[in-house]
Amino acid sequence: MTAADWPAWITHLPHFLDALLSGAVITVIVTVGGFVGSVVLGILFGAFSTSQSLLLRTIAHIYVEIFRGLPLLTVLFIIFFGLATIGIRLDPISAAITGFSINGGAYLSEVFRAGIQSIHKGQSEAALSIGMTRMVAFRYIILPQSIRVVLPPLANFAIGLLKDTSLASAVAAPEMMFNAGRLVSETFFATEIYLLVAALYLCMSLPLSLATRLLERRMARAHAQ
Amino acid sequence: MHDPVQSIETNNAATDGAAADQPIVRIRGLRKSYSSLDVLKGIDLDVRRGEKVSIIGPSGSGKTTLLRCINRIEKPSGGHVYVDGQLIGEKLVGDRYIDMEDRELARLRAGMGMVFQRFNLFPHLTALQNITIGPMKVLRMPATEAEAAALALLEKVGLANKRDAYPEMLSGGQQQRVAIARALAMRPKVMLFDEATSALDPELVGEVLSVMKQLASEGMTMIIVTHEMKFSEEISDRVIFMDHGAVVEQGSPGEIFRTPSHLRTQTFLRAVLGRQAYQ
Repeated sequence: MTAADWPAWITHLPHFLDALLSGAVITVIVTVGGFVGSVVLGILFGAFSTSQSLLLRTIAHIYVEIFRGLPLLTVLFIIFFGLATIGIRLDPISAAITGFSINGGAYLSEVFRAGIQSIHKGQSEAALSIGMTRMVAFRYIILPQSIRVVLPPLANFAIGLLKDTSLASAVAAPEMMFNAGRLVSETFFATEIYLLVAALYLCMSLPLSLATRLLERRMARAHAQ
Repeated sequence: MHDPVQSIETNNAATDGAAADQPIVRIRGLRKSYSSLDVLKGIDLDVRRGEKVSIIGPSGSGKTTLLRCINRIEKPSGGHVYVDGQLIGEKLVGDRYIDMEDRELARLRAGMGMVFQRFNLFPHLTALQNITIGPMKVLRMPATEAEAAALALLEKVGLANKRDAYPEMLSGGQQQRVAIARALAMRPKVMLFDEATSALDPELVGEVLSVMKQLASEGMTMIIVTHEMKFSEEISDRVIFMDHGAVVEQGSPGEIFRTPSHLRTQTFLRAVLGRQAYQ
């Protein structure tokens, strides 16, 4: 069999893989950036929503209700195109990370709120009784215990986020789906290219998913003790 | 806005100053209500330095709430608490009492150790870390110093070999002893015990009581809410009987347990101790 007999798309494969893998790198960067941003905002607003202060609780409530009610794509367009009209010009990757963080933060703040509230009241009382301020008690006593509780939903969120980053193609962030679209319009091998993309997504999400399952099993065992 | 508040506080400290004969805990007109329910109906109580005071009474009498209002884990609805001459949780500005900032209240709470019925050890920390975290994060003690002090305390409560155990690996009695060590690590002026043995299996009560006895013999000021009448009789300088949010009577253990003057005290003790104690 000579090279001429091979399906035409095989000869393009190195070129496809090159473009898709460089896209995958951006996908990972946006996922990690968006995840870290979401967790930071989630902890912050989760703490706000369980705070003693009515003002902080209201701020958290407004944030959650607004961003939980908006499609991710709308948020991304506002950040990328909308902010540009008032002079704040973000590059596509930064805009995507910002959008995913704000949106994910609203979702995760509810997860963290539930996690924080699941910690027995006696824990913060004990922390206060040895002279901790509410802030110190949160940082060293409540938060570490809440994070254990929310690890499984956090891992699920990470998998969801990995897939959602494909939306960043809409603001021209050169992640995997964006590069795939470009390849398709150049070569018209839509089926082959998108199957390749699917395989590459699975290469990233399956290990994450496996890690989540292991984590959940470990947590279940810890609880059973 | 902060300056006048600050200077008033210093004034208070100066005038209230910690004279040796002054009560270490002074409670005045302490009230607590939840909507229409009055849990504490104006409690006045002084505790001397080094005194051991037991608070007994039926459940719902307000004894636990009283204890929790002393270190302001629970915010009283009225009245005032002074520890070592220092007003707890409030500041007198002009003739008005205003709430203290979280940071200041925390500093004062550090001087009052509390032991809870359900231990409330931090489950994500080892026995040793449970004890060192207060000194390290509140008193900013260096780790090596905090650990040395914590090990000495574990030794004292007989658990030096459990330093690296997590709470879930400890028995209730062991957890409560670690909890006592955790409170002691802050070098408190007064220790508050909230039914410290009520959640324990009967065979584990003794080990916790013996740690408390040792502490008493070392001169610690202790306020003990308890159902252990025998222990209370043995250890207390004074016993306080509470019912329906008020102090019904108080006196030496002999007076309260042998010759209680109020009918309610007699009824309660008869129910708790059984009739034979009065034959």
